[in-house]
Amino acid sequence: MISNHYVHTFQNRDGASGDTIVEALIANSSTFGKKTVFSQEKYKLKKQKKYAPKVLLRRPSTRSICETYFKKSPARTGFMRVDALSLLLSMANVGPYSDVLVVDMVGGLVVGAVAERLGGTGYVCSTYLGSAPSSIDIIRMYNLSSDMTSRIVQAPLGDLCSLQNSFNASSVLKDSIQAEGPEPNTVPVENTEPSIPQPVDTTVLDEKAQSSEVQPTNIDISEPTMDEQINQDDNSSLDCKGNDVSSIASKSLRAGKAPSPEKMKYWNEHGFSSLIVAAPGHEVESFVADLLPLLSYSAPFAIYHQYLQPLAACMHSLQVSKTAIGLQISEPWLREYQVLPSRTHPHMQMNAFGGYILSGIRIHNGDACNGIQ
Amino acid sequence: MMVPLNPSAKPTSQRRIAEGDNVVVYERHDAMRAVTVRAGGVLQNRFGVFRHDDWLGRPFGCKVYSTGGGGGGGRGGGKAGAGFVHLLAPTPELWTLVLSHRTQILYIADISLVVAYLELVPGCVVFESGTGSGSLTTSLARAVAPHGRVCTFDFHEQRATSAREDFERNGLSSLITVAVRDIQSEGFPEEQRGAADAVFLDLPQPWLAIPSAGITLKQDGVLCSFSPCIEQVQRACEAMRSCFTDIRTFEILLRTYEVREGALKGAADDEECNAGPLPHKRRKLLPPAKTSDGIHNPSSVMVRPCSTAKGHTGYLTFARLRVHGG
Repeated sequence: MISNHYVHTFQNRDGASGDTIVEALIANSSTFGKKTVFSQEKYKLKKQKKYAPKVLLRRPSTRSICETYFKKSPARTGFMRVDALSLLLSMANVGPYSDVLVVDMVGGLVVGAVAERLGGTGYVCSTYLGSAPSSIDIIRMYNLSSDMTSRIVQAPLGDLCSLQNSFNASSVLKDSIQAEGPEPNTVPVENTEPSIPQPVDTTVLDEKAQSSEVQPTNIDISEPTMDEQINQDDNSSLDCKGNDVSSIASKSLRAGKAPSPEKMKYWNEHGFSSLIVAAPGHEVESFVADLLPLLSYSAPFAIYHQYLQPLAACMHSLQVSKTAIGLQISEPWLREYQVLPSRTHPHMQMNAFGGYILSGIRIHNGDACNGIQ
Repeated sequence: MMVPLNPSAKPTSQRRIAEGDNVVVYERHDAMRAVTVRAGGVLQNRFGVFRHDDWLGRPFGCKVYSTGGGGGGGRGGGKAGAGFVHLLAPTPELWTLVLSHRTQILYIADISLVVAYLELVPGCVVFESGTGSGSLTTSLARAVAPHGRVCTFDFHEQRATSAREDFERNGLSSLITVAVRDIQSEGFPEEQRGAADAVFLDLPQPWLAIPSAGITLKQDGVLCSFSPCIEQVQRACEAMRSCFTDIRTFEILLRTYEVREGALKGAADDEECNAGPLPHKRRKLLPPAKTSDGIHNPSSVMVRPCSTAKGHTGYLTFARLRVHGG
């Protein structure tokens, strides 16, 4: 048997390739010959992994990004497993031209996934309690094109709700709302990126910050054309990515702008087409009660949580208030299999928990009379 | 229109019900159906008689009442005209629950995992065989819309026709092409070589179609094969090994929970283990339960898993086409 010390010498001094080392290990192993064919295969793969590692470059996708965070730092993404995230996207009917309202406290994983599915159409409005949004850094992993990132806006919940209240109060005030709508860019640009892991040239950041403050007005004007020039394929996003640090910084600044007053007014009148909540450490019952009125009727919603009781309480209060139907609490169960000749069975280790989801559809609550309203 | 295809077509939930619209009539959590609204049309169900004319101009998500002559309504039976239903805008999820089953279909858990692992985004081209009842196909269309394409094949001519009609009815014809073809024996059409970003197979003998799937896929494209039986999975994986890598097989299930308000009995109470009325979806706030010694236990919301669940649907195997020179 070759000792570890010998292998290191082999590697470092003689510069032997990984494959050569593996072969040498096999040749010198006293027990190798006695192993079964399966065992030998397993041994070889194990040694190859250690001494002859291969690195594959893959393009990122919702699936791979979610799986990576789940494996490496699940606490950051609220223990949201891939199947749970996929369910959220389906249950919330995320598709082209949707206006999706999102509460993302899982680092931006959900915002990025929604933006990817929107493909440069519609909007994802990431809302938050309080004055400062939580980090949505993870959207930078998605390789989103500039069309797609421009669809990501951020607005405090207070703004969305207050606009609604003033609208509901009196329709006479409708015109005055246009005049005194919410200030664009109430959220200073710096706040949208509270923590940037890689070192970024601060002068570049400041320049971008200055120019981006002017941008909201420009975006308003060009909005109709943006809806028309649909981003065809994510292939275009493959071109504009990678090592350019300043382009990464500018992309993240493009995302997370405050929505224009016109857009706020539109959403106030029509409602969002669906809602996803991923606040796995928060109490959700009252949160959701504030969010649901922002949706249009018949809009689906999906609420992710790490704990069952908050969702149960939320579901119950929605049942009592009769503001939603089709309510269901689901827990996805996912198991992976090893499929090999004569060795097919589920993996010996599995993850037992990927989150809970409360889903439903907002409805018009209130007694309607027969006939046209 | 189930999936908006241009900016002027607002998602259906944002406009009013008009003649010719498809609505999903929600009677109960386990009773829904798709109805096309027609002037003078009528829907009859356990809650009464509903006139389509009453629905015109109402928003999706509204509650509509029966016009009397019906049986027990949604609230306290017996009163004529008290029955109600909700009218919902159709989505691929609702469609899966209301479509007519010509074959066994895929449900939301499998569908959502397939869309995620096939890495479908707007603009992608995805090939599918067999079409079946079009449950997955509808969700694939949403994932690739507005400029992507779904090319779906089924060997059964009548089923292909029914599926085509469904897609037409749901406004998805521009996204989905249905063709009659036996993929197992003929493979995908030669002229579609290298056209697909993703391929999905739900066939009795998928290994016969896997080489053709490999030819139809673009480099690094993703394949998915769905099979109920493990023997099929084994043969499919075997067939994949030469041209595909990252072969992974999963099964996914959903466990659902039921919620009820009530109070658990204290130690001094009745021995009877029945903890109150059976849970049901429509709910009022219950008064706190009164115990035998007259003390009110505070009622709380209790939750537990549902006892009925799907045990198995099928195995999902995903794989990537090997990149040459890689």
